[in-house]
Amino acid sequence: MAQVKMTVNGKAASGEVEGRTLLSSFLRDSLFLTGTHVGCDTSQCGACVVHVDGVAVKSCTMLAAEAEGAEVSTIEGQAAPDGTLNTIQQAFQDHHGLQCGFCTPGMVMTTAALLKDNPKPSEQEIREHLEGNICRCTGYHNIIKAILAASGQDVSALAAE
Amino acid sequence: MYNFEFEKPDTIADAVAALGGEEAQALGGGQTLIPTMKQRLASPATLVSLTGISEMQGICTGDDGSLCIGGATTHGAVAAGAGVYPALADLASHIGDPAVRNRGTIGGSLANNDPSACYPAAALASGAVIKTNTREIAADDYFQGMFDTALNEGEIITEVRFPVPEAANYQKFVQPASRFALVGVFVAKYADGVRVAITGASEGGVFRWTEAEAALSANFAVSALDGLSLPGDGMIGDLHGSGDYRAHLCAVMTKRAVNAAG
Ligand SMILES: Cc1cc2nc3c(=O)[nH]c(=O)nc-3n(C[C@H](O)[C@H](O)[C@H](O)COP(=O)(O)OP(=O)(O)OC[C@H]3O[C@@H](n4cnc5c(N)ncnc54)[C@H](O)[C@@H]3O)c2cc1C
Ligand code: FES
Ligand code: FES
Repeated sequence: MAQVKMTVNGKAASGEVEGRTLLSSFLRDSLFLTGTHVGCDTSQCGACVVHVDGVAVKSCTMLAAEAEGAEVSTIEGQAAPDGTLNTIQQAFQDHHGLQCGFCTPGMVMTTAALLKDNPKPSEQEIREHLEGNICRCTGYHNIIKAILAASGQDVSALAAE
Repeated sequence: MYNFEFEKPDTIADAVAALGGEEAQALGGGQTLIPTMKQRLASPATLVSLTGISEMQGICTGDDGSLCIGGATTHGAVAAGAGVYPALADLASHIGDPAVRNRGTIGGSLANNDPSACYPAAALASGAVIKTNTREIAADDYFQGMFDTALNEGEIITEVRFPVPEAANYQKFVQPASRFALVGVFVAKYADGVRVAITGASEGGVFRWTEAEAALSANFAVSALDGLSLPGDGMIGDLHGSGDYRAHLCAVMTKRAVNAAG
């Protein structure tokens, strides 16, 4: 066992980990931040996406020890402290971008990474960026709509389909 | 996943020393190795992370104009930073998905030599040099069959050097479930000839299509490939496509690559 220290959603966090402890396990089981979901555990579905030092990673395929000293952000850090949803979260709610919600933390974190680099992505760019995020419920259409809306773009062209 | 000791050295020398230990293995971005360990297909006693070694990070241009990429540089960093070799940057920007590209590294991809991986096609078509902690290996000598390379135990890829071609293109026919190449063709035109490397197709891993290279070196045009084909024998046949299908795709994707390279 070894000690790891990192900053999670702006707060110092530390804990004991084994070599094999995944970042997803550390967040969920040691820090009790269970908003980061584990869908496949095989780097396919993207439900576990968090940001490490500003970039999106699949936390089921990164060792906790690799995040030593890193700035980590998870879905729990997205809303304001009083619970007010951020723009992306609110757009997912407004456009029914979720049904069961299992994929949603990963979708929101992946979207946040996209909009940081590309504030007004096209529908095609959004679809390509979500290649590693699987949703079993929505058919993706409303997720794309939510992301267009979150980036301040017109969703009416998509709405008819 | 079985447990292991985790080490994260700062220098190549310390990494090489740590890899000298019993059942030690290098860890790049972990995008292949961690899933493999979860399946218990690998169970090293020690994992030596290469991600903290600054001398293995980054992209630069060498004295001879070649593009040098540190062995622990991520696909995302290559996509963003290899602008002098656009076909290579484009290849890197289509590996897997954004999260995979933020962790996966060029050294890990070349060391693994998955028969469907993208970088092996770029390295072979470019006549790249794979630099390790002990030597430099020409791409023609490096790839030795599916998941097999010239690397010795404990040897690490510290840098990959790509001569920049006059024109190049990579065409990937995506296998949509895995996002790897069902067939991928990298065509690169240099002053002294054209090289064509194909991934995803052969049971022997990445290979050069020498007949197409000769035709394209004489005339760099799609029409130069008319009538050329590869046999289905020795091609990978699986639920995604037969050997004959993959052989057919090789010719189609080569034509598309030449067309796109212009
Ligand atoms: C969902 C998904 C989609 C993917 N899609 C594609 C794709 O479209 N195309 C593609 O090409 N790949 C794809 N990959 C694979 C990805 O590119 C991996 O990142 C890559 O194959 C391995 O690199 P890594 O740095 O993660 O290596 P690791 O997984 O850390 O290591 C792989 C192997 O290489 C060894 N190793 C690592 N670094 C070095 C080094 N510097 N020197 C010597 N040995 C080293 C390790 O010991 C291990 O044996 C995909 C992966 C996933 C999870
Ligand atoms: S749980 Fe990590 S990608 Fe599915
Ligand atoms: S909302 Fe159910 S998996 Fe996406």
